[in-house]
Amino acid sequence: MQYLIQIYSNDSMSRYEGLSEEEKEAVMGEYFAISGAPGVTGGAQLQPPTTATTVRVEDGRTLTTDGPFLETKEALGGYYLYEADDLDAAIELAARIPAARLGGAIEVRPLVER
Amino acid sequence: MPADPGRWLVATARNRAIDRIRRERTLAAKSKLLEVSEAVEDEIEEPVFGDERLELIFTCCHPALAMDAQVALTLRALGGLRTDEIARAFLVPEPTMAQRLVRAKRKIKAAAIPFRIPPPHLLPDRLAAVLAVVYLIFNEGYDGRADLAEQAIRLGGSLAELMPDEPEVYGLLALMLLHDSRRAARVRNGELVLFKDQDRALWDWPQVQGGRAALERGLIPSGASWSAASRSSTSRRSRRPGALVAVAAAPPRLDEQIVGAGDDAQVLTGAADRQQPLNLL
Repeated sequence: MQYLIQIYSNDSMSRYEGLSEEEKEAVMGEYFAISGAPGVTGGAQLQPPTTATTVRVEDGRTLTTDGPFLETKEALGGYYLYEADDLDAAIELAARIPAARLGGAIEVRPLVER
Repeated sequence: MPADPGRWLVATARNRAIDRIRRERTLAAKSKLLEVSEAVEDEIEEPVFGDERLELIFTCCHPALAMDAQVALTLRALGGLRTDEIARAFLVPEPTMAQRLVRAKRKIKAAAIPFRIPPPHLLPDRLAAVLAVVYLIFNEGYDGRADLAEQAIRLGGSLAELMPDEPEVYGLLALMLLHDSRRAARVRNGELVLFKDQDRALWDWPQVQGGRAALERGLIPSGASWSAASRSSTSRRSRRPGALVAVAAAPPRLDEQIVGAGDDAQVLTGAADRQQPLNLL
């Protein structure tokens, strides 16, 4: 089963900013360790939502707007793709993500299997 | 630019509102169609074998499911209640309950919620979740729905049978049996009767004995009489406060109450403050 592990941060980013350089390095180390964990097949950190462009096509015309599709306080800050046996394994991986304990939240979504 | 921007805005806003109401109506109508088909789907049940009950209850009570879904699934899958019966017990329309069950089942499948007894490092939390669901069902039946209380006691009994080395299971079973044994004495002429004023002849004494036996079983010190095999699997872990602690907190006083010596209903409040809402009626 494949899961998209979505990292929602906002508070967690400001809390991260408040950490010392050493602590920041340790947190980044944790993220890299998760990237290299068995079953993690991909992942990335996203630029902030203010850099987003939203695209629609109406009558064949491409319409773009500045900003994210959903204006929410908690923004998607990054993700991992995770191949695991079951939801318990995915929850355990999610719980290891620093944002989860720094005021953010992790949303675990199964991918449609084809 | 329209000639009268103010009026134009109001008209636009009104039209939008009408659109939205229409859309919501359509959505409601379509949802109803959806509910019917989901209810039909709910009729398809896979057979469950007796020796898989434990795996089943841990799946039904998985914390990734909403609490009300956990309760409904447990009653459905282990209690053998029909969807309409569960709906009636929780005062929701049958299609709502059917939908709740179908959604939960879909999530179990789509998100791969495992069908297994949780590994030791997850077991304490997961067992607590299972016990919470059973206790919730019991409480739902506490002041009226005797059938739900019976269901909960039956589930507790099954759990004790399936997990004979888990003190908390016996704690919950004892709690439920002891409280339920006073059911007949708790109400007189439509009025609640306090513990100390209850007619003890109305207590269900075999059930009191059952509750005491379960309590004693739950109080066996860790590992004292457990087989080596079971000790290595589930029992070696830190005890967490729970239902058992609440009951066991005042064993001498509880005994007094049970044998009829101590009459003060207040004796249990200490335990109640600490952890569980012990019912004093």
